[in-house]
This record gives sequence, C-alpha cells and structure tokens, in this order.
Amino acid sequence: MTALLELDGVTARYGPVQALHGVSLAVEDGQIAAVLGANGAGKTTTLRAISGTVRREGDVRFAGKRLAGVGPDAAARRGIAHVPEGRGTFAELTVWENLRLGAYTRRSGLKEDFARVREYFPWLEERRAQQAGTLSGGEQQMLALARAFMQRPRLLLLDEPSLGLAPLLVTEIFRIIRELNEHEGLTVLVVEQNAHIALQAAQSAFVLEVGRVALSGPSEELQRHESVRRSYLGY
Amino acid sequence: MVGFAERLGMKRKSAVGTGFSLPVIALIAAAAIFLVIGSLASNIFAQQTVAGLAQGAIFGSLALALVLIYRATEVINFAQGEMAMATTYIAYQLTLWGLSYWLAFFVTLPIAFVLGALVQVTLIRPVQSSIIAVVIVTVGLFILIDGVVTWIWGADLKFMKAPFGNTVYHAGGVAFSRQDIGVLAVSILSAVVLWLLFKFTKVGLGMRAAALRPAAASLVGVRVNWMLAVGWGLAATLGAVSGLMTEPTQFLQPTMMQAILLYAFAAAVLGGLESPAGAVVGGLALGVFLNLIGQYVGIATPELRLPIAFLVLLLVLLVKPTGLFGRKQVRRV
Repeated sequence: MTALLELDGVTARYGPVQALHGVSLAVEDGQIAAVLGANGAGKTTTLRAISGTVRREGDVRFAGKRLAGVGPDAAARRGIAHVPEGRGTFAELTVWENLRLGAYTRRSGLKEDFARVREYFPWLEERRAQQAGTLSGGEQQMLALARAFMQRPRLLLLDEPSLGLAPLLVTEIFRIIRELNEHEGLTVLVVEQNAHIALQAAQSAFVLEVGRVALSGPSEELQRHESVRRSYLGY
Repeated sequence: MVGFAERLGMKRKSAVGTGFSLPVIALIAAAAIFLVIGSLASNIFAQQTVAGLAQGAIFGSLALALVLIYRATEVINFAQGEMAMATTYIAYQLTLWGLSYWLAFFVTLPIAFVLGALVQVTLIRPVQSSIIAVVIVTVGLFILIDGVVTWIWGADLKFMKAPFGNTVYHAGGVAFSRQDIGVLAVSILSAVVLWLLFKFTKVGLGMRAAALRPAAASLVGVRVNWMLAVGWGLAATLGAVSGLMTEPTQFLQPTMMQAILLYAFAAAVLGGLESPAGAVVGGLALGVFLNLIGQYVGIATPELRLPIAFLVLLLVLLVKPTGLFGRKQVRRV
C-alpha cells in the first residue's frame, strides 16, 4: 500500500493565531481516513491546508508529487475535491449548475459522470432545474457529495458531513461515502465531530489536539483506546 | 457553529428565490400597457416613447456593465463611462484608418475586452482586497483616461459616420427615426448575447459561481481571479457598445459619457444593482420616464433631466433600496 496523501510538519496560521503546529499524517490510497478532535484542534484547517485554501508551510505530497504553493483551483485540477464546511453549495444556482461546476475542471465525460452520479443519488434527476438553496439540509449534503464526485477526484476531503443533520440522514450520508469508496476506489479524508460514526466508516483515524496529531492508527484500535473512548465516544 | 470562512470575514451570501416578484411584474406590465395605450392615442407620445427607449437602452447597457462588476466585487466602477468613451475613440480612429463603421464596431469590441481585462489585472488586482482602494483606483482611472484621450485626440467635437443613416420611418402619422430603432436593437441584442453567455456557457457558469461564492468556486477549480478579469473585459465590451451607441447623438468628446454614467448609475439602482435584468429594465424605464416627463411636465426642462434622474435614484433608495429586481440579501455572520 502506498500513501496517496502525505503531510509532513504542516503548519498554518490565521493572522497571529497559529492553527496547525506541524501536522504529519499519511492517507493510504483507497482508504477512508477520519480526522477527530475537539473544536479548535485544527481539523478544518488541516483540510484547508491540503486544498491550499489557507497558506501553509511544510510538506504536502499528493500522489507522490509535492503540492508546493498550489492554490485551491490548482488542487482541484490535480484531483482533490474539497467539500468545505457549509457544503460549498451555490444556493442561487440550480442543482444541475452545481453538478456542472463539480466537473468544471474537465472538458468531456459530463454525461457519463452524471449517469454514474444518478446511481447513487437517483432523486437528483427530477430536481435538476431546482434551485439548490431550496433543498433540505440532507439533500444539500448529498448534492455536495455528488458535486465532488462529478469532479472525478482521487481524494475527497469532507468537512463535517454530519453537521446539522438528523441521525438517520447521517447514517445515509456515511453509507454513500462508503459506497463511493468501495465501488469507485475513492480515497476519503473526513473531518467529523461524530467520532462514533466516523470510526465505523473509516479504516484509520487521526486525533488532533492543539494543531498536532496526538494519536493515530487503525479505527478499531482507536475505538478501544482509553482516551479516545472517554473524550470522543463518550463511554 | 461559526466556520473559519466567517471568522476570517469572508462573506457568505445566501439569497434564495428569483428576484422577480409579482408586484414588480404587475408594475412593469401596467407601465407597458400605459405606454401602448398612450402611443396609440398620441403620435407625440409614441415618438417620445421610442426615443426614450433608445436613450434608455444606452443607459441600460452601461448600467449592465456597472452591475457586472458590482456583482463580482461589490464595487462601482466609476471609470466605466470613461472606458466606454476611450473605446469609442478607438473605433473612431479605426474609421479614420479606412475601416467601415460596422467593421470598426466589431473590431473595437475585442479590443475593449482586452483593455478591460488588462485594467483588472494591472490596476485592480493589486488592491482588490480593499474595496475603498478599488474605488479610489477607478476614480483615478477616470481622470487618467480623460487626460490621455484629450492628449491624443483633443477636446474638440469629432464626428463618426451615422451608423444607421438618417432615415425616418412613418407609420400611421408617427415618425420613428431609424437611428433610435437601431440603437435600441443593438443595445438589447448585446444584453441578450451577454445573458446567453452567462446562462449557457461554461465560462459564464464559472463567472456566476465566482461572483456568488469565490471560496467555494475556487474549490471546484474555477480560477476566480481570471473570472474577475473576464468580467471586467465583458463590462468594457458592453461599455464600448454603449459609447458607440451614444456617439450618434452626443458626438465624440471626452465628456460624452459622464452624464450617461450618472443616468446608468440611477438605472442600475432602480433595477437593483445586483440584477442584470434589472439594469436593462431600469435603463429603459428611466429613458422613457425622462422623455415623457420632459414632454408633458412644464417645469421638467432639459436642465432638470439629470436632477430628476437623481430624484428617482433617491426615491428608490428610500422606498425600496433593493430596487425593482434586487433581492434582500441575508448574510449569515
């Protein structure tokens, strides 16, 4: 197994506030990996540092190549789909326009991709012309996944896909994430507050504390780990 | 939960629903019916309406240029009129070099596009993080263009060939000048082409995405900075159309677009600043309104045209700040 994504001593700051103090982690090709941690631990910033949405220092390697000084649009072109906090949905645009934007970096294959997306989200077909902002929260999260998938990425960065959703919907979202991973070979790095469901879906996980990886390993191991259980799983 | 984007002061706009509300549509329909009935009843009314539409179409196309830039960057480009004037001089120069009017027209449009994009890249982009700095740069640009054009071509009036000739059509006792019809047609056509571009092309979609949510747009691979440059290019192109359509009545002089810019600003506010359709409708409405009021209201002398336009602007800001087609913007902080 080779690492699709490697971070080595990555730091990032917002003005005077240092958010990442040297994050090192590796995500294997074809894996689902979870990033856990308390509020302000740097989970979101880690994803932002990878996609280049925040200025970072340190080494980020993607598919064996260094991503140096690469902004978000260039990261997207290299095969990194980042679904940010708040889902990055264009509320004013239609469902179809959102999907079309997902495939913005490519010139062809739109129809085939939409056909594949439809297998996972059959309801999108009849909602094509609907304004995305009028979808429910769960539908918008699915649209965000569908849009990311239209990008045909190698790596999917998901920021809190469960945020604000009912438990049943959260289960459904993670079921689809697992399907995309298994059937399409999509590598996923997911940030989650809901450690329980994230550890169930992921093969490996990283626990961030104050901008550093405090703990990492296979999900089953972390699930049994004393401090993870107490801090994040609540039993 | 407050996201990092919000903590960093990045805006997240959320406005759902189209800008077309029923009362506004009813209002426009009522106005249209009034104009049709008035035109059937009176020849002068009909003539003034058509002339007003032609004037208004020019306001509308320059207003559309303002709206394009405002939507993307929330800045009013005070140099928009001067850019239009400068590109009209370029067309004039091309005709001096022997090109026919319409050939010069169509050669000028891509030149205007490139110049507009170049202005964004070289002058606006370095300061674009500060709205006030951008505004100051556009004011400086206004003065710069004015100076350069006067230096090259002089301040005296210049004339181009009349693009539509001087034919006057008569229909049922009403005289329509071919020029008015032509100006109206060219202005509306350019707005429609722009709409098609935004609605049905990939670059149009990218521009809309970049204007709505720049951060999210860059995450799907849209080069937001390039989209801004393209936006300035398109605005300058549209400005060139408005300048060239102004020339037959105002002739060429460095100040030709200054009043037009103010009317266009009033039209854009009337339409709702964020709304391209609003800019066009606002322009047409303002043009017709000013013409009719000038014809039928004694005290509305030509000297008062501009003040009246500003009265309209002021009333809109007081009564309905979002304009005819604007949407109330909900901003989550």
